[in-house]
Amino acid sequence: MKILKIFIIFFLVTSFSELKSDEANDTLKNTILKNIRCLICQGQSVYDSESEFASSIKLIVDRKINEGLKEKQIYQFLREKYGDWVIFDPQLKKNTYVLWLLPLLLFMVGGAIIFKKLNNQK
Amino acid sequence: MKNKFSLFVVVIFLSFCFIIFYKGLNTPNNYTPKVSERKNIPTFKAKNFDSDNYINSDKIFEENTFYIVNIWASWCVPCRAEHPLLMQLSKNQSIKLIGLNYRDNFNNAKKFIDDFGNPYSRILIDKDGTLGVEFGAYGVPETFLIDRNKDIIKKFVGPINQEIVDEIKLIIK
Repeated sequence: MKILKIFIIFFLVTSFSELKSDEANDTLKNTILKNIRCLICQGQSVYDSESEFASSIKLIVDRKINEGLKEKQIYQFLREKYGDWVIFDPQLKKNTYVLWLLPLLLFMVGGAIIFKKLNNQK
Repeated sequence: MKNKFSLFVVVIFLSFCFIIFYKGLNTPNNYTPKVSERKNIPTFKAKNFDSDNYINSDKIFEENTFYIVNIWASWCVPCRAEHPLLMQLSKNQSIKLIGLNYRDNFNNAKKFIDDFGNPYSRILIDKDGTLGVEFGAYGVPETFLIDRNKDIIKKFVGPINQEIVDEIKLIIK
């Protein structure tokens, strides 16, 4: 009887931990899919698309997660296959300097103008 | 003086916006893949079309020759248009054609090959489209030219035409 109890507890613990890891994998998968552009759709992510391309990508992402690849490694894999365009979140590199730095520059210029105006009012 | 400076800043800002939007209007907003990038062939394992056996990519591309990987499906209308050109290419001794049957019904694919001829030295099955992703394909038909170093040297998106066939022939000459 005692052995049976131990067995049941062990079974429940392992089942729950498996469920939890499945849930974590699903969350990771959805995060990744929402950040991948469907290349044959108009402004849709792979997560939102039902196209054949999107369903193949969903399978690949699922497979890569099961192989133990991390989020960044999966993005890297897709970048190698389709280029930077496939990921919604652009990397900071030579081609994207303007994209990343222009808002910062505008913010600083705006801040400087406001600061100067406030100083003049005093 | 101050007003002139403000006007100058506004003009510069509006010109900048105009240039950005004007460029945006002239750029197609649908995805245009890079077709000239040199890449290694992916390593994969795929099921043969005419048997239940699986084969590794290094076995598929083991000969010291040029290869063409053509992604096709029986349901794809442009694939029918390019098929006679693939038949023409298959007669060339210095190139081997590998077909990648993409998300297809086996019987329909077999009928397609029986009706229009088989230009491929080997056909692989890509039931769920994931093999196509390994090649960086995003649709069908798509054709990849692989050189003797096992590098993908050209990628042709959409059906191939006579001009592309001539280009391939020139490269493999």
